[in-house]
Amino acid sequence: MSEDLTAQTIRIAGFDGDEIEAYLAVPDDGAVSRGSVVVIHHMPGYDTSSKEIVRKFAANGYAALMPNLYFREAPGASPDDAAATARANGGVPDGRLVGDVKGAAEYLRAMQASNGKVGVIGYCSGGRQSFLAACNLQLDAAVDCYGACIVNPPPEGMPLKVNPIVGLAPDLSCPLLGLFGADDKYPTPEETSKLSEVLDEYGKAHEFHTYEGAGHAFFSVDRTAYRPEAANDGWQKIWNFFGRYLAS
Amino acid sequence: MCTYNTENIAITGSGKGANGWFSLSDATVYFDHPVHAMAEHTLNIDFRNPGNGPSARVAVELTAESARALAAAIEAALASVPAALIS
Repeated sequence: MSEDLTAQTIRIAGFDGDEIEAYLAVPDDGAVSRGSVVVIHHMPGYDTSSKEIVRKFAANGYAALMPNLYFREAPGASPDDAAATARANGGVPDGRLVGDVKGAAEYLRAMQASNGKVGVIGYCSGGRQSFLAACNLQLDAAVDCYGACIVNPPPEGMPLKVNPIVGLAPDLSCPLLGLFGADDKYPTPEETSKLSEVLDEYGKAHEFHTYEGAGHAFFSVDRTAYRPEAANDGWQKIWNFFGRYLAS
Repeated sequence: MCTYNTENIAITGSGKGANGWFSLSDATVYFDHPVHAMAEHTLNIDFRNPGNGPSARVAVELTAESARALAAAIEAALASVPAALIS
């Protein structure tokens, strides 16, 4: 694999037809048919490290697209300023998230080399949003990286306007890969075990891994939370999972 | 972990950001992952004026120890001045 790719900022139609910013990376491998991935950025926003993740998918043969979920609140602002504004406003409304992921998935499916299969992956708040999207949209694979507030409600007093969404489990449209840290408090291993039980009840295919010695954000290479052993194994799980469900 | 806990308060004053001084209207205080500080969690304060856009922000990320020292220093500084100066 050459790992050659082209990456650029584009505009796509998101929720309610709104034009929003998105980051697109496409392999330069000459493939005539490939799977695609919608990347949902973490709560700190549409930042440099999230764009690196998008490029990583392209380097591994997937067309990848990440909508800027904070674009409406903060067009043109730096990612940290945009994230601060979104946080103070209570986060991204669930309905809007689903619409933005739908727009991204439609963009990817319409690309010339698309095989029609689209997966979704999200980190931190994006982990919950990945599950949310997969329960509201017809997708082919979903990855939840340490998403909280799926089973348990948010801590009292927090301004985020999100509610538990485990009740959507019967509508999960595709297999779910969950990657979690044993030391995480949001979500706790108990919470992710509960989610697994619920998915079992509904016969929904899923594969959960909880890494010892890792907490929240263990994939984040630019943060002290980075745990290379967990992250490296997690990436391998992701390649196996997407290879199984998104390949031509 | 993302703690998510956030305190929002209305404030009056000014701050100096990337584009110079501006009036402040809000402060957001939370203990969560920093953007820049090399710690897993920090006490973060965003001094903001949302009416002037997302970039009207002065941000600090402090270790918990530093944040407590700052809070104590603020209280000490205010306590040391004559009450008549504080309206």
